[in-house]
Amino acid sequence: MKKESLGSLFWDRFRQNSLAVSGGVIVVCLFVLAVLAPVFSPYKPNDIDRNYILAPPDMRHPLGTDDLGRDVLSRMIYGARISLAVGFVAVGIATLIGIAFGAVAGYYGGWIERIIMRFIDIMLTIPTFFLILAVIAFVEPSIWNIMIVIGLTGWMGVARLVRAEFLSVKERDYVMAARALGASDIRIIFRHVMINSMAPVLVSAVLGIAGAVLVESALSFLGIGVQPPTPSWGNILTLGKDNIEIAWWLSVFPGLAILITVLGYNILGEGIRDSIDPRLREAGRR
Amino acid sequence: MLAYLAKRLLEMIPTLFGITLISFLIIHLAPGKPTDALSEMNPKMTPEARERLEKYYGLDKPVMVQYGLWLKRIVKLDFGESFSMDRRPVMQKIWDTKQPITERRLFITFMLNVMAMIIILLVAIPIGISSATHQYTLYDKITTTTVFVGFAMPSFWLALLLMLLFGVYLDWLPISGLKSMNYDALPFWGKVIDRVRHLVLPLFVVAFSSLAADSRYMRSSMLEVIRQDYVTVARAKGLPEKAVIYRHAFRNALLPLITLIGLSVPGLIGGSVIFENIFGIPGMGQLFFNGVMARDYPLIMAILTIGAFLTLIGNLLADVGYMLADPRIRTGQ
Repeated sequence: MKKESLGSLFWDRFRQNSLAVSGGVIVVCLFVLAVLAPVFSPYKPNDIDRNYILAPPDMRHPLGTDDLGRDVLSRMIYGARISLAVGFVAVGIATLIGIAFGAVAGYYGGWIERIIMRFIDIMLTIPTFFLILAVIAFVEPSIWNIMIVIGLTGWMGVARLVRAEFLSVKERDYVMAARALGASDIRIIFRHVMINSMAPVLVSAVLGIAGAVLVESALSFLGIGVQPPTPSWGNILTLGKDNIEIAWWLSVFPGLAILITVLGYNILGEGIRDSIDPRLREAGRR
Repeated sequence: MLAYLAKRLLEMIPTLFGITLISFLIIHLAPGKPTDALSEMNPKMTPEARERLEKYYGLDKPVMVQYGLWLKRIVKLDFGESFSMDRRPVMQKIWDTKQPITERRLFITFMLNVMAMIIILLVAIPIGISSATHQYTLYDKITTTTVFVGFAMPSFWLALLLMLLFGVYLDWLPISGLKSMNYDALPFWGKVIDRVRHLVLPLFVVAFSSLAADSRYMRSSMLEVIRQDYVTVARAKGLPEKAVIYRHAFRNALLPLITLIGLSVPGLIGGSVIFENIFGIPGMGQLFFNGVMARDYPLIMAILTIGAFLTLIGNLLADVGYMLADPRIRTGQ
């Protein structure tokens, strides 16, 4: 019963925040678009329309065609799949690693905490984008590798967050009580402490998806992310840059899609945070 | 204050050590041998020649021994020879002593980031303060919304749009490189104008993304401070609003921003790969990108290490700034 009422409290607050709801709507729309890509796209993403090469937007191709005569709208709809998949998997990996490190550091303390925190400091010192590029130089640039690399380089924030939550919660009476009752470390970590740190982790994960979408599109734009002919918003933008003098539509529309997606996740993330705990409203993002 | 500085400097040593270890391990634990790239480029490479090559680079030794050898060399700023065709020392590629200082890659990237940082501070701080002091007015709403959108803006897309608008349609500004073909023939002022024209778009793009985050941060920090008792006291004793805001509130609101600026250094340096690539700027980011494409591993390790080192310096400077702004730290309390 308690859990339900907490959930409905959250839902009530969330519903009243019109900005947060619009963020949610954007994200849901993207999901539907990605899952039902074959239904929505007027053409197959790799279909070539020979007589319409670099054609500007018109009735036949609403967002124009690229240098091979492929329909940009269709490619963008299929591109939504890539950015969704990368966002979720990369952040999933980062969150799991972050929780593991953060929980161990926060719960056990001592030298193990010092080592983990120092490791985090060092990881934060190396410019993330350099780190990602350096790893990608030595693996095949595939969507799976991109997800893994973004995940492996993005867990430090979550780890810090979880550790801080653990530090503030682990000395509370109810945790002491659980320990006195003989609960194991694992049980205390997962059943009693972790539950309390889930809200900030959820918020940071939603905001993290936005970051992962940006990184993926940047990598694909540079030509070391998702490889053509698989369509991604980033690699359509590469064509935009190559044809910047003659085809503005290749530069404008995919970027707009990235902007709306990232904006959607950001608004949703902040909305969830405000609904979980209004006191956090004006707190910084990092 | 000196003791605090000394302590911070000492703390940098293990971090620096860790950075070199991570940069080294990433390259060496990655699948594929570093010499693969060299042999792929040269189909005539025999297994014996490859073995000789591995010996030359010390790749036949255990990883930890290699690390030790590499560390010994980089202390002397010797990052080895590049794997690219020209086989030049990596350090010469990053910091070419034969070129005037303004043409050296590290200098170009460094100066661009410093200039961007100055622009960010000059714009973000006033925007943050004014939208905090005018909270919930139309001005505040407009800046907050702009900042929110700016936060989600992919910087490379912004670059493309600006190139499209100012470079292609209006034809006001050049979209590539740092100087025109006829640069050397220009008179002094012509040179200056030419440089500035090339810098406008890249600097705007670099500054924009951080601008959004920093002004937002400044706003919330300012909002927090102006509700404090001492600000009320300052107002109550009849100080003009300007003095209240800029003398009493401002300095305390600045503290969190200093930390944020320190933290944004790695992002700026990492971002240089993207904007140098788009605008064709011959800096360290472009060099790194070319190195990645060619799997030039001595170069990749060198730039990873230098990038992290610059971040450390940035953090240290932020700490010093914090110290100057906050007397509690200065007096060692």
